[in-house]
Amino acid sequence: MRIDCQHVWEYISAYIDGEVPVELRAEIDQHLETCEICSAVLDSTRNVVVLIGDGRVFELPAGFTDRLHERLEKELALSES
Amino acid sequence: MTNARNPEFEAECIRRILAGEKHLFHDLIRPCERSLYFLLFSLLKNEADAEDAAQDTVIKVFRNLHLFRGDSQFRTWVLSIARNEGLGRLRKAETRREDSLDALTDSEAGDFTPAVLTSWREIPLEALERNELGALLRTAIEGLPAIYRNVVLLRDIEEMDVRETAAALGISEGAVKVRLHRARLLLQRDLAPRLKGFAPRTGGLFGWGK
Repeated sequence: MRIDCQHVWEYISAYIDGEVPVELRAEIDQHLETCEICSAVLDSTRNVVVLIGDGRVFELPAGFTDRLHERLEKELALSES
Repeated sequence: MTNARNPEFEAECIRRILAGEKHLFHDLIRPCERSLYFLLFSLLKNEADAEDAAQDTVIKVFRNLHLFRGDSQFRTWVLSIARNEGLGRLRKAETRREDSLDALTDSEAGDFTPAVLTSWREIPLEALERNELGALLRTAIEGLPAIYRNVVLLRDIEEMDVRETAAALGISEGAVKVRLHRARLLLQRDLAPRLKGFAPRTGGLFGWGK
């Protein structure tokens, strides 16, 4: 039995993470070969995941580390005394 | 991008700090800083509050280091302290209904169908050189309901595995997977139609790298 688009969408995230069992993955792959909608949904979702994972998207605020270690230094000094 | 963490280095470091070499705590906490900040940012949705809470968390970690049992990863332990710090602050504030503690449960049904497209042109990482793209992605993630934002930040941005994410957030591994799936579909639906303009032009003169 062939799986439908809705069913494929339920596994998009697991598919991207390589967590779909082999047999189901083969069925999904077969569906993707002929379904341009699901292919585009999968490609766009994977593309979004790759883009947001780039270190340039979320960066620590400028000076965050310096301020943190300065505060820590004061705490360490206090604990010595 | 997380810094490499080495459990043996951590264990040795903790032993020496507790024995009096307190300055080593700087090195111990450094690899946890990013995850710590982004977990708090995802809870508090505000840079200044997240930074303040991150500093308080680090001080608490230092003061309570003797309580670390070593039965979880050090970073997981740090993140659970951060989470408590963040939730404590939310409880005190309780002003924003959308992100109140009630919203931190899975009860809502919601619509998690993706944006239906018939073709997709890959947006390359080089497109992030345009600041508008980064801003668009950040706004989309910040706009997610809190329970999905947390998971996306830890899994897809801090690249933590399912187990550590579940431990840090105090939820089951199954819940991490369900929330991540929903978060990714919400992001796809929001972003896919708006990202098209960032696809490189095909062919020749106006392509990337020109």
